[in-house]
This record gives sequence, C-alpha cells and structure tokens, in this order.
Amino acid sequence: MSIVKLTVNGKAVSADVEDRTLLVHLLRDHLNLTGTHVGCDTSQCGACVVHIDGRAVKSCTVLAGQAAGSSVTTIEGIAKGDELHPMQAAFRDNHGLQCGYCTPGMIMSAIDIVHRHSGNLDEATVRHELEGNICRCTGYHNIVKAVLDAAGRMKVAQAAE
Amino acid sequence: MHQTTYHRPSSIDEAASLFAKGSDAKYLAGGHTLIPVMKQRLASPSDVIDLGKIKELIGVEATGDGIVVKAATTHYDVASSETVRKAIPALAYLASLIGDPAVRHRGTIGGSLANNDPAADYPAAVLALGATVKTNKRSISADDFFKGLFSTALEDGEIITAVSFPVQAKAGYAKFNHPASRFALTGVFVAKTPAGDVRVAATGASQSGVMRVGAIEAALKANWSAGAIDSVKISADGLLNDIHGTADYRANLIKVMAQRAVQAAG
Repeated sequence: MSIVKLTVNGKAVSADVEDRTLLVHLLRDHLNLTGTHVGCDTSQCGACVVHIDGRAVKSCTVLAGQAAGSSVTTIEGIAKGDELHPMQAAFRDNHGLQCGYCTPGMIMSAIDIVHRHSGNLDEATVRHELEGNICRCTGYHNIVKAVLDAAGRMKVAQAAE
Repeated sequence: MHQTTYHRPSSIDEAASLFAKGSDAKYLAGGHTLIPVMKQRLASPSDVIDLGKIKELIGVEATGDGIVVKAATTHYDVASSETVRKAIPALAYLASLIGDPAVRHRGTIGGSLANNDPAADYPAAVLALGATVKTNKRSISADDFFKGLFSTALEDGEIITAVSFPVQAKAGYAKFNHPASRFALTGVFVAKTPAGDVRVAATGASQSGVMRVGAIEAALKANWSAGAIDSVKISADGLLNDIHGTADYRANLIKVMAQRAVQAAG
C-alpha cells in the first residue's frame, strides 16, 4: 500500500491504495468519481480517457502511482458550476451521445484534440484523431459534428477571455 | 493484476540499484505494454520501477550530424518535436502513427525498443537509419540490438537511456496498420546514406521481428525509385502467417510499403 497524492479537478487529494491500483480505479473506487468509465480495459476503447497535466491519456493503463504529483482532470471537472463546458454543451445540442457510455472519454479526448489543433479542425482530422475512442452505438456522425461545433465555441470563448 | 511494489526513482543510477534489489523487477516507461501484460497476468513483477519521470531520460537534442532522442520521450513529443521534424521528418511521421493520440501521450521510444514487439514501429526506424541505442552501460548499434521476437541485446537490469539517429540523405516510412490495434501488419522504413548506401527495414512481417530486406536494398542502391522495386521477389519464408494476413500477403506488403516509403522519402 502507498499513499498517492495528486490533484484531481483542482483539489488536492490523497488515497491509500495498493501499488497495483490503476488510475481509473483510484478515481472511481476511492474518489467516487464514476464519470470516468472502464470499457475495454485494454487501452483501446477510450471510455477511461482523462487528462494528466493537460494531456489525454487512458486511465486504465496508468498506475495510480504514476499520477502522483500530477494534476488530473476528469469529466466531473470541466463544467463551471452549472455551466457545461462548451464540449459538453455541443454534445448535448448535436445529439452526440446515444447510450452515453463512451461519452466521458469522447469529451475528454475531444477537448484535447481541440487544444492540440488550436481550434483549426476539419471533419477528416476529427475522425482521424478520434481513432482511440470507440462508440459501440456507432454514433460517430453526431460526435464528429459536436466536436466541430465545440471547436468553434471554444475559439469564441477563448477570444472572449 | 498481481500485487507489486511501485517505485519512482529520480535518477538512472537509483533506478538501476532498485532493480538490483528487486527479486523480479521490471522497468516501466510509458506502461503501455507492461501494464496490459500485467493485467493479463502474463507478467507479475515483484517491483515496478518507473523511469517515466527521470529528467535525464526525457527530451530531444540536435547533435552535429543527427539527433538524440532520450529514452523516456513520448511518441507525441517525438512526433511534434521541431528538431525531429526538421532533421528526420520520417521519424516524426512514424511516431505520429503509433497507437492513437492517448497512447502516444504515454508510450516511449525506449519502452518500445526494449520490448521489441515484432509489429512495433520504432525498431524499423532504428534499424534502417542505422541508429545507436545508448544504455547506462554501453552503446549498441542497431544491427546488434534486435535479437528476434521480444528479444534484444539488453542485459538484465540494463536501461536504455537514449537513441542516437544519424541524419541520412533520404528517409521514408510507410505502414499498413492493423485497423484495431494500429500495430503494423507490415511497415517498411527506407533510408539512403550520404555515401549512397541503402538500408531497408521491415516490421510486422517476420516471425523473428524487425528485419533488413536485402533484395530491396540492392534494387534501391542501383536505382532509388519506387519502380525499381517492381521486379524484386520477396520470399514468404519465415514471414508471419496468421488470421490477419498470410505470409504471401505480407511478402507483397513489404514491396508495396517499401515503394510507398520511397515515394514519401522523395
């Protein structure tokens, strides 16, 4: 057992966990942040994507200890109070989710994609960049629409800041 | 996953001494092979020694006639490094094809080489570019480093610290990826040295891991063009033969990927 200290969604947290604990289980089972999902558990589906120090990663393939000292952002940490993150709002407005299981990972990956491309995205790029996120409802069309919509909104939000 | 003890050393020396103390220790870099293998209980190391946060293992440097990529540099950082893109764009391109964006944020060049998966991308670049693998004990030339399936010249406890790539006159990579895993069904890296020699390495194709392709090297040395490969015969002997592709199919892929790599190299 080790005490792992890290920042999650802006708050300093610590948990006494077995060394074999995966980050996704630290988040879900110890911090009760169940928005991050376990889909395939083989680093393929992307349902568990969170940000570590600003980069999208698959939290099922990171040991909790590897995240010690880092800043982790999960789907619970992106809205500002009652105001959804532009990516969340765009997913809602574009019907970018069906069953919703892949959605947290899709949204966390999508925010990372928009950041890496400075908001300059086209459909082909979004489809390619989402290759590590699988939607079993196969609802990709509206997911891609939502990401493109959000990229515009995030650009506007950034310009206003 | 079985129980293990996680360590995060802050230097290469500390990592090596932790390894020596563990009864069955393993180094962890990006963790994108070791953690999945531990989950499947195919590996159950007593100690996991994390190299990922050791500062001296991270970064890319330009040298006089090449670049040095330190071992714990992630695929994303190699793919987006201005230094790599300027000196060896084919290497940056190769790194951009590994896995998916989230995997590239974690996976490292040193981890990929130490694991030497027969379908991994980096071994093809290291072998074709004639790179040198630096460890905490010695320098190993690419020709001596790869020893077959998941096997390398690394000794127990030895740590890859960096890979030194010479800049070649021409270099290109093309991969036909498996649509689910993104591993190479076959990938071919071609390079032409300033002296006019040609080195061609194929990954994903052979039963014994990354390999040089002598017939294509000879054809390209005589005539550096995709067309020069048309008449080359690639034997299917010793090539992988599985549900994803027959040995004959992979033999053909070696040719086609080599042609695309030459076109990419210009």
